[in-house]
Amino acid sequence: MAEKDILVDVRGLKEYFPVTTGFLKTTWLKAVDDVSFTIARGETLGLVGESGCGKTTVGRTMLHLYKPTAGEVWFDGVKIEKGKTLREYRRRAQLVFQDPYSSLNPRMTVADIVAEPIDVHKLCSSKAERSERIHELLESVGLSSEQATRYAHEFSGGQRQRIGIARALASNPEFIVCDEPVSALDVSIQAQVINMLEELQEKLGLTYLFIAHDLSVVKHISDRIAVMYLGRMVELAESNELHRHPLHPYTTSLLSAVPIPDPDKARRNKRIVLQGDVPSPMNLPSGCPFRTRCTRATPECAESCPALREVSPGHLVACHNVG
Amino acid sequence: MSELLLSVKDLHTTFFTPSGEVHAVDGVSFNLNEGKVLGIVGESGSGKSVSAYSILQILAYPGRITSGSIKFRGEELVGASEEKIRHIRGNKISIIFQDPMTSLNPTFTIGNQLREAIRLHTDRNKKQAEERAIEMLELVGINEPHKRVKQYPFELSGGMRQRVMIAMALACEPDILIADEPTTALDVTIQAQILELMGDLQKKLGMAIIMITHDLGVIASMCDEVIVMYAGRVAERGTAPQIFYRPHHEYTKGLIRSIPNIENDEKNPLVPISGTPVDMLNMPEGCAFAPRCERAMKICLTEKPKEIIINDAHISACWMNIKEGLEKGVIETDENGEIVRIPLDGEVAYNG
Repeated sequence: MAEKDILVDVRGLKEYFPVTTGFLKTTWLKAVDDVSFTIARGETLGLVGESGCGKTTVGRTMLHLYKPTAGEVWFDGVKIEKGKTLREYRRRAQLVFQDPYSSLNPRMTVADIVAEPIDVHKLCSSKAERSERIHELLESVGLSSEQATRYAHEFSGGQRQRIGIARALASNPEFIVCDEPVSALDVSIQAQVINMLEELQEKLGLTYLFIAHDLSVVKHISDRIAVMYLGRMVELAESNELHRHPLHPYTTSLLSAVPIPDPDKARRNKRIVLQGDVPSPMNLPSGCPFRTRCTRATPECAESCPALREVSPGHLVACHNVG
Repeated sequence: MSELLLSVKDLHTTFFTPSGEVHAVDGVSFNLNEGKVLGIVGESGSGKSVSAYSILQILAYPGRITSGSIKFRGEELVGASEEKIRHIRGNKISIIFQDPMTSLNPTFTIGNQLREAIRLHTDRNKKQAEERAIEMLELVGINEPHKRVKQYPFELSGGMRQRVMIAMALACEPDILIADEPTTALDVTIQAQILELMGDLQKKLGMAIIMITHDLGVIASMCDEVIVMYAGRVAERGTAPQIFYRPHHEYTKGLIRSIPNIENDEKNPLVPISGTPVDMLNMPEGCAFAPRCERAMKICLTEKPKEIIINDAHISACWMNIKEGLEKGVIETDENGEIVRIPLDGEVAYNG
């Protein structure tokens, strides 16, 4: 991939949260630990992992909703820092939230919700222009402009998610972090929203970071997929490649755990059931964080944490026993 | 053929809300045989959970069973005395709920809650109940059960709590286990653990399971028979291969088309079902799915489709079947001209 194509470049991102564990005692919860990746313009990078693995924190920290503990975010060749670059970055990078019920203010009309980024960034000079823009946005997500004066509670889950997407589009962003945008929706509505996100990407040339725990959805929408486990990225590859040749033992078991909607295949599928639970992020095992559940763990895994390295072109994996 | 355990006939459950009557379950019928796994799949609000709650009669106010029959081993449960229901509930038919975080009491230890269920339904004394509790925890794969019985729910992870719920539900060796979205709140790897556990226990103990879920993947890997529900009615019912390979209801077809398949390497756009789920307070006159159905005909908008037998176990409530039946000329009627069967496809090979 040519250097100039890269829109988002995250380097060594760390996010530690302080947790009070006793009188005057603070332990650091390593939600995201040394994560680096790039996303090319127009690409969709999928980010998967179990709950608590830090995938949402990656999305929020890279948007500077949380102040990164360490690491840099470069956007379109510019390093994001305080002040003007950050303000401009916030207009060009937006977020779609998971829960369409709690992410819309129940006291605001749909028009005001959608127009909030416009007002904040002062993108429209006149009232007429503002309302025209609102109608245009609502139509682009498949809602009618008459619905602009209604309140969020009058809409179904799928429609609310459309409102959330319209709000994210309001500031003409180039990059959108979609944080589990379809997890709260019914199966028949999920496909509508996924198709809409894909159409918008094509029409507006958007770049997505698509965070989800549902591997079949992520595989469908993403060009490349990154797998996280306990704050670390364990594997990153092109999506078909990841599905066909998963290298990290965690990815392998994650893929085999996905229920296949086909009775014959599901019965033939040998599930690799991981033993035990995810360790507490407050008390990480030494070395590789996955070694406590890994079937291939060796003494080396307890000593040092494997770094993410390229094993074949475009396929990165963090495991001592691979390659 | 195994013995008939549970027979639900024309069940109607209505919620009398201030804004109107909601027919959450609107004429549902099904049978469950010993040792079988029945899946009920549908969107939120399709009445799948309410059907299960009706069987156990744990409906929340203002819901009420208005008509129909639920027979457990030939005994009628609708209108039965509370005492009789209590004997069956948790003892012969037990349930595990979706959210293991909220369905355990946070103020009692795991052991305490397990013992309560055991002592209520059996004549074991305190010590024997404790032993049974530990035995059950061991059965569901919880390590150090002696230590766990003294712990509180908050000390356990989500997957562990769901195991405790399963242990509690199975403590009295029920004939039927109702699992209401047992893995929805859990991560994929933990979901795989729980499904594996349920499958193993089902084989070991031989109980029947009613698996309620919205995840077709879970249905495919667990169930012998499947009921697809839409707006309180059975849209289609059949064996898992029949439902997945030869669906005969437009809703089922749409549902199967709309899920992304992880096996598929090409990037074809998904085929969604257009429109939004029905408003249960304002139900359409005809088929509830007609406003979202691409192939809806005139009759679909005016008349509710009847359940029609396609093959022995395969039943579908869709007008499209009659149309296809007429085109193929395969409609079988009785002497009064009533449709008995529309054999649209041959026997489905079942190699499960």
